[in-house]
Amino acid sequence: MSDVSVDKVAGAAPRLALRGGTGRAYKLGRLIPWLVLIIAVGTWWFTSDMPEDILTYQEDIIFLGGQHIALVAYAGGLALVTGIPAGIILSRPAFRRTAEIALQVFNLGSTIPTLAIIALCMTALGIGTLPAVFGLWMATLLPIVRNTYAGLRNVPKMLIEAAQGMGMTPRQIFWRVEFPNALFVIFSGIRTALAICVGTAPLAFLIGAGGLGELIFTGIALDELPMLLAGVIPTALLAVLTDFVIGLLQYWLVPKGINPLR
Amino acid sequence: MIRLENLTKTFGTPGSGITAVDRVSFEVPEGEICVLLGPSGCGKTTTMKMINRLIEPTSGKVFIDGKDVTHIDPIQLRRSIGYVIQQIGLFPNKTVADNICVVPDLLGWDRKKSRARAAELLEMVGLQPDTFLKRYPKELSGGQQQRVGVLRALAADAPVMLMDEPFGAIDPINREVIQDEFLRMQKTLRKTVIFVSHDLDEAVKMADKIAIFRAGRLEQFASPEHLLSNPATPFIETFLGSDRSLKLLRLVQVEDAMLAPADTVRPDDPVSTARDLMSKSGHPAIIMSNGEGHPGGIILANRIAGQGFCRDAAEPVRATVPVKSDLRSAVALMFTHDMPVIPCVDEEGRLQGVLTYRSIVRSLASSKIAA
Repeated sequence: MSDVSVDKVAGAAPRLALRGGTGRAYKLGRLIPWLVLIIAVGTWWFTSDMPEDILTYQEDIIFLGGQHIALVAYAGGLALVTGIPAGIILSRPAFRRTAEIALQVFNLGSTIPTLAIIALCMTALGIGTLPAVFGLWMATLLPIVRNTYAGLRNVPKMLIEAAQGMGMTPRQIFWRVEFPNALFVIFSGIRTALAICVGTAPLAFLIGAGGLGELIFTGIALDELPMLLAGVIPTALLAVLTDFVIGLLQYWLVPKGINPLR
Repeated sequence: MIRLENLTKTFGTPGSGITAVDRVSFEVPEGEICVLLGPSGCGKTTTMKMINRLIEPTSGKVFIDGKDVTHIDPIQLRRSIGYVIQQIGLFPNKTVADNICVVPDLLGWDRKKSRARAAELLEMVGLQPDTFLKRYPKELSGGQQQRVGVLRALAADAPVMLMDEPFGAIDPINREVIQDEFLRMQKTLRKTVIFVSHDLDEAVKMADKIAIFRAGRLEQFASPEHLLSNPATPFIETFLGSDRSLKLLRLVQVEDAMLAPADTVRPDDPVSTARDLMSKSGHPAIIMSNGEGHPGGIILANRIAGQGFCRDAAEPVRATVPVKSDLRSAVALMFTHDMPVIPCVDEEGRLQGVLTYRSIVRSLASSKIAA
């Protein structure tokens, strides 16, 4: 299931022109969730006792789903409160030179597989929720920092010049001009980041943080399809739901004048 | 009202830097438009930006209303000066109303008052407030954006305005319309305006004073008439172009150049009267006035044959020119209709005088002497 989410991310990125990617990958990324859905529904249909088999895990799904959501909320929340300020600081003129280097380092960091990061976190922080949240936070951070930075840097210079010439203080220029005009791109980063976060969270099970990964990995190990699906389907639904909610926020919170969706 | 004293800006290290503006001094009286004109890179924009301290001068002083701007907090200073930039720079995240009210909001005006002001301003440029207040910049045409950009600078009713090529990003037809609109507003608003431009025609049209820049130095500071008739240096002469006397035509009103009161004949005068008057004045044609003082016909000297009455010799008047229009349109009419003499009429169409080619040349020459 994590593969699906990662593909979706790669698909969302080229629209922002922030990350390399081909149009074909974008289309493929869009198709994969539907393929998964069709296969899942098909399986369900042809083995008529499958729904009942899955529902025997109902209690596990609720408990582990709660854990899963908590992991995502902690890691995602942490990534928001650290990533947005980091992107803002990097976009300030004083950091112009440092920013490019810092983003290169961030980019390099993002090439390390999340599984490896989580494994590294385990060696440094032991097992449990803390290293899992830390690892997910690392994986979630980059798109937020990158989009915040790029969104702010891409605000046309003439707007800042006009604001300055009309007597706005630097703080007013930031809150009234720069930030609102970067908001759409920032939201796109958040959307991408949280999709990664939900999709990567099952890996947390591997270092003892629970979550829906427990059903998925155990299901794989035992070759138990209903158990596997009991993990996969809620994870997929959670990813879609997260994307949908952030999309709604993006639609309503970004001012109409600069919101291409409205 | 605005006075520049030895204003200098050097970029880079002192001594080895580039001098963008070099000891520029001039004074713009209250209520006048001063156009800073020159090729790109001549220092005109830098000069303008030193007035609201977007660029700090290396040396020299700027006084607004007798106050040295370096003693005013730059933020307060900029809020007290209307500012229009070349790319318009409307904030796309704000509605038209919020864009116009940026400075009033910064100054903490009552919201109702500022929004009412925005509506009033929109009405001044013929944009329906009900339709436009709630729109976003992307929903406006280029010309509408440009208008809102100017209104934004007028919103807080600052007595001084800085305009950096404000009509540069717009097609020529709309530019003329907006220029006229601005001049019309300026008549009542009487702002003191510093206006950066690289377009000579625009400068001649808009300016009370033109400051010509070249490589950071002020080459000449004069009224458009004076500049066109007495360019101070060969550089300015080249910059103004070989057709500068045609540009001058635009600045002279018909009523200042026409011959008045004009010699006229009546329809029942004999043609010999017309002939005598023409040989006396040397004009190639004479206007026949009908009873109520309207031009009824035109008699050309080289067409008069023998005897008869004027009404038989007269040709119909193909065109008249209003006394309030400029010489350029008069000359255009004369060329178009092949009229060596054109009647000049007031709003009711009554004959006030006549323009001949020679009277035009003479008035251009006299503006040269007067300047």
